[in-house]
Order: sequence, then structure tokens, then C-alpha cells
Amino acid sequence: MKLLREVCVVAGKDLRSEFRTKECLNAALSFAIVILVLFSFAVDPSSEQIREMSGGLLWLAFAFAGALILNQSFARELPNDCLDALVASPVSAAALFLGKAAANWLLLMIVELVCLPVFGVLYNMSWLGQWPLLLLVFLLASWGVTVIGTMFSALTVNLRLRELMLPTLIYPMMIPALMAAMQLTTVLIATSGVPPEDWIWVRLLVGFDIIFTSLAIALAEVVLLG
Amino acid sequence: MTRERVLYLMGGISAIWLVRNLYVMLLALPDEVEQGAIYRILFFHVPSWFTCFTGFFLAAVASGLYLKTKNSLWDTLAVASVEVGVAFTLVGLATGSIWARIIWGIWWTWDARLTWALITCLVYMGYLMLRGAFDDPTSRAKNAAVLCIFAFTSVVITFKAIDWWRTQHPGAVLSIRTGGGRIDPAMEQMIYQNWPALMLLAAVLVAIRMRQETMQRELEALRRRTHAF
Amino acid sequence: MTAVQANNLWKYYGDYPALRQISFQLETGQCLALLGRNGAGKTTLLRILAGLSRPQQGILRVLGRESRDPNSRASIGILGHGIALYEELSALENLKLFASLYGVADPEDRARRWLERTGLDTVSDSLVREFSRGMRQRLAIARAFLHEPVLLLLDEPFTSLDDRAIKLLQGLLGEALARRSTVILSTHQLREAMELSTHVALLHRGQLTFYGERPAEMLSDPTWLYRTHGES
Repeated sequence: MKLLREVCVVAGKDLRSEFRTKECLNAALSFAIVILVLFSFAVDPSSEQIREMSGGLLWLAFAFAGALILNQSFARELPNDCLDALVASPVSAAALFLGKAAANWLLLMIVELVCLPVFGVLYNMSWLGQWPLLLLVFLLASWGVTVIGTMFSALTVNLRLRELMLPTLIYPMMIPALMAAMQLTTVLIATSGVPPEDWIWVRLLVGFDIIFTSLAIALAEVVLLG
Repeated sequence: MTRERVLYLMGGISAIWLVRNLYVMLLALPDEVEQGAIYRILFFHVPSWFTCFTGFFLAAVASGLYLKTKNSLWDTLAVASVEVGVAFTLVGLATGSIWARIIWGIWWTWDARLTWALITCLVYMGYLMLRGAFDDPTSRAKNAAVLCIFAFTSVVITFKAIDWWRTQHPGAVLSIRTGGGRIDPAMEQMIYQNWPALMLLAAVLVAIRMRQETMQRELEALRRRTHAF
Repeated sequence: MTAVQANNLWKYYGDYPALRQISFQLETGQCLALLGRNGAGKTTLLRILAGLSRPQQGILRVLGRESRDPNSRASIGILGHGIALYEELSALENLKLFASLYGVADPEDRARRWLERTGLDTVSDSLVREFSRGMRQRLAIARAFLHEPVLLLLDEPFTSLDDRAIKLLQGLLGEALARRSTVILSTHQLREAMELSTHVALLHRGQLTFYGERPAEMLSDPTWLYRTHGES
């Protein structure tokens, strides 16, 4: 209970300062939409083929936009040495980490839920058919992306080249989650239901989330302490 | 001094052993029925991957121990194992690619096993890149250790990829995983003989890299001492 | 009661020992001035005491507990080089945030009282980024004191403070010491520190070259310690 309250306090702090300027959110959203538009030049936007690539296109855009959000996550603690004050407070490192991850998760979900209808309109595609399942996939995959990204954001925050370093490090690590998300999103948009052999991807997503969340919680204290 | 002699000795043994293995595999063993002469690359391909997996496993364990004890010896072991591991990963990718060119007619295919091997290689190159970005040796060691533990998940996936996905890459051949029958015993014997020879070579390389790394750290400390005041 | 007990602490950066063999014991109600040149290890030692960093060797007990114990952290107030306030949050939001992080019962009420105390109640809803330097400093002081800490760790607290903030900080430190709180501060401003401190420690290249009650000579001649125990 105490953990939950602390997580909410930390997440609330991040979200409040983000919504005040919306710097990061605006940047991530416009970036994602620009990428979606760029895809129309890479493939024939009117062809049926695009339906079979929808998951891949969407998640590439989300992954690129996500890196902007994740970069900012710990970087926002740098001015005025705020991170020291957080780590020195009685809040546990795990709560701090989960709070920041939760804030990133919500921001990434906002980007995704705005981009999805835009994608549907631009590429003339209906995605509402199985929206509850699609939402579940988005929630699970985004958490996986966020938990890895938040961890690596903490690892790279003090580097001069962190904007370059973070994407290079996180994308290879995120591949299982992205792979599963792309596969499932395509299936949910292009066909009418998840065929039984594709449920393995849901299992993969859940497993990925559990493994990396536990690793991150176990290592949070080590990462945040000098 | 004795340490150096042990290293020379180990290096010598591994060199002689590898030459002897080359003799056996090139001159004593016959061509394989389906694949012809190229199958011999397997004797380096499979042990290379085992060696690099061993290196990455060692690095993950050493990283965990570093985080627990904060003894920089473990960090040194981790970085040395990863570097040698990456070298053997490249050997594994290259030998695999050559084999594929002959048997499949293509250098590369996006099959789960191959893809994951490549991802693993990228992840560990990221580890080496991250280390290079830190000035302070303590935070370098700490952050690299955390990354190393995360990175090991991709090794596990690579190893299990042939079981989890239908891959173009040949399935398990060694009898400990298949229960026998997939490979001629004489050929399997060769894999088991070449592996320790490569492991010995890897051990020598790790030991040399560890010593370089220790010296590097001492130099950094001396430099800090002279500039500190 | 012992507030801080340090026993043979070592801290390395790589192979370079930033702190060596640090041992001392500070009782509650005492005020320790930590002196030494830049790079002598003052900040490193304070960070270890605050639980921001772990020593590689040695035993450290803070307020009778292990140094990273959440209960001991809840009773520590820190004021470091940075003001540790969020630019995009208002003064009230900043204080409320830290009050909740420290588990204060009614964060809003506590935050408002400290805004009044520091003379910032009229600008409580303004964002920190709009504040002047002096206002930021006072808000940082409020942030460090609002959970009524019994151990205060201050890193060069008087450096670059304006008159009003110096007065506020001196007042609060005086009160804290009167309540038998413990204060450890690192400083170059010897005169301000000497009036408060009961003990003095001199760090030189990561080692304690002097630790003890503040010598009487230092009141009239603050550089006495440097001349007698440090290298010139």
C-alpha cells in the first residue's frame, strides 16, 4: 500500500511537470506522426499490402517516439540535482523507478492512442473491430518498452551522448516486445481474430513484462545509488 | 612471472591442440554424405557459439558479483569475457554465413536463430560502447554490470530459438539435447574436442585482457591522483 | 545518543581512494564543520552520510541504524550544491511533493506553513523557474527542513546565499541545534560556520587529518586549523 502511494506520488510529479510544458509529449507525438506520413513514401499507401504491414509501421513509429519520452525521463531530474533529493528521501528505489516508469507508460499510451486513429484515417483502415484486444496488446507491449527504456534512461542519464546512446542500447533489448506487438497488431487490424498459433505472442509479451519488471525492481537500488 | 608462464603454456597447448584437430578434421574424417566438404566448418561454428555463450554467462555472473561486492576484479572479468565473447560471436556469425552460402546459396536469412544471434552481438557491442562513454571507472563498472545482466536474456533467447520457432537453421544436433542419432559419433567427438581447445584459447585471451584492464585502471587512478590537487 | 558513527570508511573511484580510513563519532546536538580544500572529499563524505552513495569498506551507522535504512533517511535533511527543486512545478507543489515523499501526515498544510516561514507565501503558486535566485534558495532551505529532520547534512550551505537566506538558514540551524538536532556542514565560509560548530573535521586528500572539538583559537582566527594541520 505504501509502495503504491509512493509510486503515485513520483508518477504524479513527472506527469504534472510534463503536462505543464507538454514539451516531450508534443515532440513525441509530432515525431510519431511525421514517421507515419513518411511511410507513405516508402510503401504504396493505397495498396492492400499496407494492411499486412500495419503493426510494423505503427510500432516502429511508437518505438522512435518512445525514445524521446524515455530520454527525458531521467534527464528531467538533472537540473538542480533533483535526483539526489529523490534518492535521499525515504522512498525506496523500486518505488522511484516504478513511478517514473508508470509516468512514461502513460505518456507513451497517449502517443499511441492518438496515432492509431490518425493512422487509420491516413491509410484508410478500420481498427475498431477488436479494440479491447488491441488495447490490451498496446498496454502490455508499452509496459515492456517502458520498463526497459526507463532502466536504460537511468543508466545513461549522466552521459554526454545520452540522446544517441539510449536508442542504440534499448532497441536491441526491446526486440521481443516489439516483435510480439507488431505481429499481434497486424493480426488484430488485418484479420478478424487472433488465430490460436498467435497466442504464443501474448504469452511472450506477458513473460517479457514479468521478467524485465522483476529485474528492474531488483536492480533499481543499485542503479540509482552512486 | 609464473602467471605469464602459465599463460604461455595454456596458449601453446591450445595452439597444438587446434593444429592436431585441424589435421584430424581435414585429413582423417571423410566428407559428409549430404553436405560434402563444407560440413567441417561446423567444428568451428558450434564450439565458437558455445565459447561465446560461456563468455557471456561468465560476464553476467561476474557482473552480478561486482554489484554485490563492488570488487573491481569482477568488473574486469566481465569486460574481458564480453570482449572475447563478441570476438567468438563474430567467428560464429562468419562461419555460419559461409556455410549458408554453400548449402543454402545465400549469405544471410532472417530466421529466428540467425536474427537472435545478430541481436545478441549488437547488444554486447552496446555494452562495450556504453563502457566507453563513462569517465568515472566506478559508475562505468556499475552501469555496465546492470546492462550485462539485462543483456544475458538475449543469449538465452538465441540458445532456445531453434526450439521456440520453426527455423531454417538446423535444429539441435548434439546427442545431449537430442538423445543421439542426429550426428555421426566420430563427428560429434570432433565438436567436443575442438570446444575445449577454443575455450583454452578464450581463457588465455580473457586473462590477457584482464591484465590490460587492471593496468588501465591503475593508470587512471594515478592520473587522477596527480590531477586531484 | 550517537547521531553518526563512522568506522574506517573507504570510498574508491576506480582504484583511486577518494576517502580513506574515515572514522569519527558525532553525538546528537553537536554541529560538525567539515573543512578542506576542493577535492578533499567533503562532498563524497556527505553523500555517503546522506545514503546517496555506499562506501566500499567500513561501517556507517546513522541515527543508530544502517545508513540506507528508510527510517534514518526520513530523519535526514539535505541541502546540496543544487537546489533540488523542479522548475516546472510551483513552490507549493514542490514542497508538497517532498512532504509526501517524506511521509508527512498533511503535506499541504506543512508546505503552506513553510512557505509562510520562508516568506514565500505570496508566491506559493508561481513556478520555480520564475523565481529570483534568493527566492529559490529560501525555497530550497524550506525543502530541506520541512520534514523536521534530526540530522542535517549541508554541503557549502552559505556559498552564494543572499543576506536574507543566510539569516534564515542561521536561524533554522540555531533552532535545530537547540532542539538537539545534529548538523554536519561543509564550508569555506569559516566565520559563519565557526559560530555554530561545536566540532571541526579537516579532510586532506581523503583523510581526516584533524577531528575534535572546535579549538577556541578558530573563533578569532578561522584559518588556524589549516595552518596547523593542513599543508599550506
